Amino acid sequence: MDKYDVIVIGAGHNGLTNGAYLAKSGLRVAVLERNPYIGGATVSRELHKGWFYSNCSYVCSLLRPEITRDLELPRHGLQVVPYGGGVTMMRNGDHFGNYHDHDRQYREMARFSKRDANAYERYAADVMKQTRLIRPFLLKRPPDPTSLKLRDLKDLAEFAGAFLDMGEEGLADTIRFWTKSVGDYLDEYFETDVIKAHMAGSGIIGTALGVYSPGTAYVLLHHYMGDVDGNVGEWGFARGGMGAVADALAKSFQSFGGEIICDADVDQITIKNGKTTGVALKNGNEIGAPIVVSNLDPKRTFLDVMDPADLPEEVIKKAEKFKIRGSSGKLNIALDGLPTFNNLPNDSPLRVGEMHFSDSLTRLERAYDDWKDGTWSKDPYVDMLIPTQVDPTMAPPGKHMMSVFVQYAPPKIEGEEWTDADKDGFEKSVLDQISAYSPDFKDLILHCETRTPREIEAEVGLTEGNIFQGELTFDQLLFNRPFPGYAQYRGPIKGMYMCGSGTHPGGGVMAAPGANAAREILADLKRPDIIPGGYADD
Amino acid sequence: MNENDVMMLKTPFHSRVEAACEINLWGNWMGYTTPDAYFDVELEYFAVRSTTGVFDLSPMNKYRISGPDAAHFLDRMMTRNMHKLAIDRVAYVVWCNDAGQLMDDGTVFRLAENEYRLCSYAKANDWLYWCSLGFDVTITDETAEVAALAVQGPTSCSTLTAMGLEGLEELKPFDIRNYRFDGEILSVSRTGFTGDLGYELWITPSKAEDLWDRLFEAGKQFLIKPFGSHALDIARIETGFVQAGVDFVMAQDLIRPGRSRSPLEMGLGWLVDFEKTHFNGRRALLKERETGSRYRFVILDVDGNKPADHSFILKGDKQVGNVTSAAWCPTAKSNVAFAQIEMPYGEFGEELTAEIYYERELHWTRVLAPCRVLDGPVFNPGRRRQTPAVAF
Ligand SMILES: Cc1cc2nc3c(=O)[nH]c(=O)nc-3n(C[C@H](O)[C@H](O)[C@H](O)COP(=O)(O)OP(=O)(O)OC[C@H]3O[C@@H](n4cnc5c(N)ncnc54)[C@H](O)[C@@H]3O)c2cc1C
Repeated sequence: MDKYDVIVIGAGHNGLTNGAYLAKSGLRVAVLERNPYIGGATVSRELHKGWFYSNCSYVCSLLRPEITRDLELPRHGLQVVPYGGGVTMMRNGDHFGNYHDHDRQYREMARFSKRDANAYERYAADVMKQTRLIRPFLLKRPPDPTSLKLRDLKDLAEFAGAFLDMGEEGLADTIRFWTKSVGDYLDEYFETDVIKAHMAGSGIIGTALGVYSPGTAYVLLHHYMGDVDGNVGEWGFARGGMGAVADALAKSFQSFGGEIICDADVDQITIKNGKTTGVALKNGNEIGAPIVVSNLDPKRTFLDVMDPADLPEEVIKKAEKFKIRGSSGKLNIALDGLPTFNNLPNDSPLRVGEMHFSDSLTRLERAYDDWKDGTWSKDPYVDMLIPTQVDPTMAPPGKHMMSVFVQYAPPKIEGEEWTDADKDGFEKSVLDQISAYSPDFKDLILHCETRTPREIEAEVGLTEGNIFQGELTFDQLLFNRPFPGYAQYRGPIKGMYMCGSGTHPGGGVMAAPGANAAREILADLKRPDIIPGGYADD
Repeated sequence: MNENDVMMLKTPFHSRVEAACEINLWGNWMGYTTPDAYFDVELEYFAVRSTTGVFDLSPMNKYRISGPDAAHFLDRMMTRNMHKLAIDRVAYVVWCNDAGQLMDDGTVFRLAENEYRLCSYAKANDWLYWCSLGFDVTITDETAEVAALAVQGPTSCSTLTAMGLEGLEELKPFDIRNYRFDGEILSVSRTGFTGDLGYELWITPSKAEDLWDRLFEAGKQFLIKPFGSHALDIARIETGFVQAGVDFVMAQDLIRPGRSRSPLEMGLGWLVDFEKTHFNGRRALLKERETGSRYRFVILDVDGNKPADHSFILKGDKQVGNVTSAAWCPTAKSNVAFAQIEMPYGEFGEELTAEIYYERELHWTRVLAPCRVLDGPVFNPGRRRQTPAVAF
């Protein structure tokens, strides 16, 4: 008999969530991780002594509160601290502050345009309508529209019901929203360029699309549908960096008897007589289990750790065509002190949130043009945060850690692999941009980790460095994620499943794909469903 | 300062508090103008849980009790054995009327041989006066004479140490230590109302502003922030602290019979020392111990994310209690409610139902949320007790 009932490939946060639920249900589960450390893109590492970086993901909102509570992540050490708002610094020396406090936000917007300040109410309500539609489906498997199974029909009816509830106009709005560009969407509400630019950032993060590309309005929604303590759309820091999420999940998993094996690089999922039998590692070892769950992105899953001979032709084709384009990079910087920014007092609450420098949609679109031209943005869009302003554990007292997410960086430079010189050029364009607004910034840098899509792919295993394990466009969402016919976490082979961000509801530190996949596996094993349902929004 | 001069009083820290109160949101605490919030309730709450939060405690009622009979007097008034309280120690206390019903809760600081300070939630001049008849004690209301700050959170010890309070990490919970501060005494106790590592600072009002300035300067690198009463309320519910006037009616305010509670009914039985000879309410409490209490105080873990404010608690269809305080707890990530449950219900682990009403866009919804009786607060970190205090 096999030592394990289930093997999960990859200790990303979804693999750990999946393992935790299966172990909680009483199964013997091992999570195998290629790296010497766990977490995947949800990780904190000490690359400069005394400084802990959130190397990949850096802010938390999508993580399902139902799972946090159910798996007792606070008891296992997770604390999520919200931050307030954000700011876009402008070329003319002014800035737009997006305050966390509603009245302050209104007054600040009114400084630019009273109409915009007022339109924001309508905008916020409209976006909230869309999040209300999607949130109840995060902790559910997507219904299969072609299936006649009772459960699918029921789920479909619920989905259709939620749509119909919105009325004809609401329905039209929704379809527009799901297909529109974020730029066009914002144009319907606001007149001030910097306000639009500030809001638009969420529509392009992690995607190889520009602010005027159709489909980016949905990406905006993807960044709005989370919450911190019930405040929808709000974001926070995990104390100790995002690795705290993976660490707490790992502890929860281990508390149910689960085993984590690091430095275990899976070469192949082994299959015999059309059934999954376990995995073979790169080092030649084989580990048997009747169920294997892949936390990897769909391309790696089907084109790398599976033998094409074991797969239906159609799956190989779909995996090859799956859109997973790298578009982002990241700088993690150890700072000797808190940098000053022009015209923004050091104690301004705006500095505790996201900081940006792209003050118009035109600049954002230009940044995308560079990506299309096969190079990094010379005037990039950055999402920059200094979590050590509320987290004392990530750097020594008085010192700071800065996380700079950078859009855009292509997977290849004009068709060629990234070189070290390219990486230096990418790094320079980001550092130069920041120092244009902060005179003392460069002098404070003690260490900088720069990650282009090349490093993200090599170190985290995300194909092309795509942060979401696949583009979040409508053709790859819901029952189309990762591809039609395989959206319910089951692979084409008996005993083989998927649980990564490449499945519904997609990328981000959400833990929903891992939990949803566990529900399907338990159903197939005829075990009770122990995955929590979503909290109702009204 | 003359209490009758103005309608609302200002604390000795007011100039600093006012400057720090970015959003200008003020409330009334014991007749003093105090901030409900300084900049953002949520973020202030998290200062307490992740870094250091500072709360102006000055309006707290403070009474100096001194004289040869001070210990006897307090021992007679409080349900705990006050003879056991050593110098430079603090005790959490409750006191009752003769019927064994809660008057209030508070803290007693033993400052010297025959010197105590009582901090109480409600004004206690009247009750202290009547209880003291026959004892050789002097009771002085020193509320306005002592300025106080609560400094709470994981980096609080580091902050205060950086301010020059050497050896502070050795202070055990409920210890007091005195330091020099500009020629005056700065008294520091390891106490607080947040359930975290934390301290309270006590000083003469003339030094209050200097203390605030030095504290915030030292705390800068440890990410210090002020916090207001709304944030404090979340922290105290998360850590299981009941509040007089909210979770029980103070017996002296009672109009309708039967609405007060005994310490046993409030889960505060551990504060009642039946071994000691006599104290107010002893006979009634002894009787209650024999014949049983009417109610049980419980902390409930409520399903879902809707706070069970003012909810009825049901066992099956039967109403067996009601909620007095409720909050979504942002660090523990759970939905907690304090409830008074009729005996014999509410034993640890028992499954009950909270009947919750909540409103969204003028539409009221009723949910019946399953809930479970917990055996303690949802937030109780090791650092709260650890000595020497850990550096976050
Ligand atoms: C730079 C960056 C910034 C981001 N920022 C945010 C953010 O701020 N907020 C947010 O919510 N989301 C963010 N995201 C997205 C989010 O981090 C990811 O969507 C999420 O972490 C993916 O989790 P996962 O468990 O699905 O997969 P992964 O984290 O990709 O985990 C897969 C795991 O499998 C392992 N693995 C790969 N191949 C093998 C093999 N052959 N054998 C064994 N193990 C293998 C990998 O090492 C990895 O540990 C960001 C992502 C990136 C890259």
